[in-house]
Amino acid sequence: MPRFLQNLFLVEIVRGFALTLHYMLFVPRATINYPYEKGPLSPRFRGEHALRRYPNGEERCIACKLCEAVCPAQAITIEAAPRPDGSRRTTRYDIDMTKCIYCGLCEEACPVDAIVEGPNFEYGTETRTELFYTKDKLLENGDKWEAQIAMNLAQKAPYS
Amino acid sequence: MTPAMPTPEAPGATTYTMNLGPQHPAAHGVLRLILELDGEVVQRADPHIGLLHRGTEKLIEHKTYLQALPYFDRLDYVAPMNQEHAFALATEKLLGITPPPRAQVIRVAFAELGRIVNHLLNITTFALDVGAITPALWGFEERERGMVFYERASGARLHANYFRPGGVAMDIDDALADDMAAWASGPLKKCIDDLTELLAENRIFKQRTVDIGVVSRADAQAWGFSGPMLRASGVAWDLRKAQPYDGYDTYDFDIPVGKTGDCYARFLVRMEEMRQSAWIMLQALGQLTPGPVMTENRKVAPPPRAEMKRSMEATIHHFKLFTEGYHVPEGQTYTAVEAPKGEFGVWLVADGTNRPWRCRIRAPGFAHLQALDFMSRGHMLADTVAIIGSLDIVFGEIDR
Repeated sequence: MPRFLQNLFLVEIVRGFALTLHYMLFVPRATINYPYEKGPLSPRFRGEHALRRYPNGEERCIACKLCEAVCPAQAITIEAAPRPDGSRRTTRYDIDMTKCIYCGLCEEACPVDAIVEGPNFEYGTETRTELFYTKDKLLENGDKWEAQIAMNLAQKAPYS
Repeated sequence: MTPAMPTPEAPGATTYTMNLGPQHPAAHGVLRLILELDGEVVQRADPHIGLLHRGTEKLIEHKTYLQALPYFDRLDYVAPMNQEHAFALATEKLLGITPPPRAQVIRVAFAELGRIVNHLLNITTFALDVGAITPALWGFEERERGMVFYERASGARLHANYFRPGGVAMDIDDALADDMAAWASGPLKKCIDDLTELLAENRIFKQRTVDIGVVSRADAQAWGFSGPMLRASGVAWDLRKAQPYDGYDTYDFDIPVGKTGDCYARFLVRMEEMRQSAWIMLQALGQLTPGPVMTENRKVAPPPRAEMKRSMEATIHHFKLFTEGYHVPEGQTYTAVEAPKGEFGVWLVADGTNRPWRCRIRAPGFAHLQALDFMSRGHMLADTVAIIGSLDIVFGEIDR
């Protein structure tokens, strides 16, 4: 069709509308109803931190401080002391979640799979202080998400 | 808006000054633009930057090479892996190591995925700036799929921390490679075709972009343009062809070059680049062969986790690498990659310690933004918005 006819009859506009109409009528919706439906999440997802325990309930972390050393944002603070039974454990394990950049290096550094970045991403708080995670909070996260975390770690293991 | 037209203080004034941004949706981030307007015609555009300055370059001087890597995600956060690529290549050059073939192929695939998601965002928001809403809705749907691939490989949708000096952080599984190939040859192609159908011939879009912000070939070179901005002005220059890295010379692809150097040419160049990137991605995914994805040099790359838990020597390497990091021999390098926005370079000076002595970052957006003044001079205010959209600026990298 000659150019002037195309311009006269708004050909490209009509074609554009036909395309959008096709999308409106025949293409399924891409959006999801978020709090009730959720998008896919891979086992490698790096979300909220958790401290894990061994199956017998003993905490894994041995206070080697590798995560503290490797953390680029210096968000982790650890203090350690021997326990009455002689084993070396943390007396303080704090993560400042407002500093954390979720790079996952703490998880990579941990030689005993204690600190992990779990699958949870819904931990928004109303106050800033709630984001200064303590050891208790992190262990609680670990207990809460252990099933999912263990499954994710098992799936990641062949690749890491 | 400050006083219009003549006032008692400035009786002869015919222009007035207007502040655009830094919280303006068309400013694409925190761009503060001081516009001197005569009526609605721009006389001078003065970009004020620095509102997103985080001191990345200085921070990196205090980090080990491994710790410095996540900072590169946060420069151009629209296509994070391409930035990591430059730093990883620079560090590898100084260390004198080459990543294994599989790692190079994965890097190419994800660098091209980064280019696609970057252009999807840029083109669609550019169209949004000039009045077309639908492309943004379609483009973000495909971008979302791209981000899911990012997440499946690295664990994060944006701040990937995936390309490491010596390879990539983690291998990808075959299912991911298959899904990426299926996406690149199916839904993505359809999306690009549909976007072309909607925009390329649309008279409203063309009225807003053709002959707007024309940059001549000489100007583009003089102002340090790179990437699609330079190619739209007619210069066939692409670092993937000119200085191939990570095996780009073994891929078959074309470099789209524009003729007119206006906003429309930049749009067309980016559209074609997406097609070429999808094609490179398919080639890369097709030649994936099993093998390591990280250099076997244990003084640079940590051992696999399973080995670290069994072998004492591996444990020692692991502890050394995650505390002290590796020492990079004295030397310096300027290494650049063809990032989606242009030439993204890292000038890395190593002094033999475990930290860079200096890490200067060359962001393409910075050179493009400084040209905004001469590009928008004489155009209408609304055209400035179209020009900003076509510049493809991201403040993470400009302010650093």
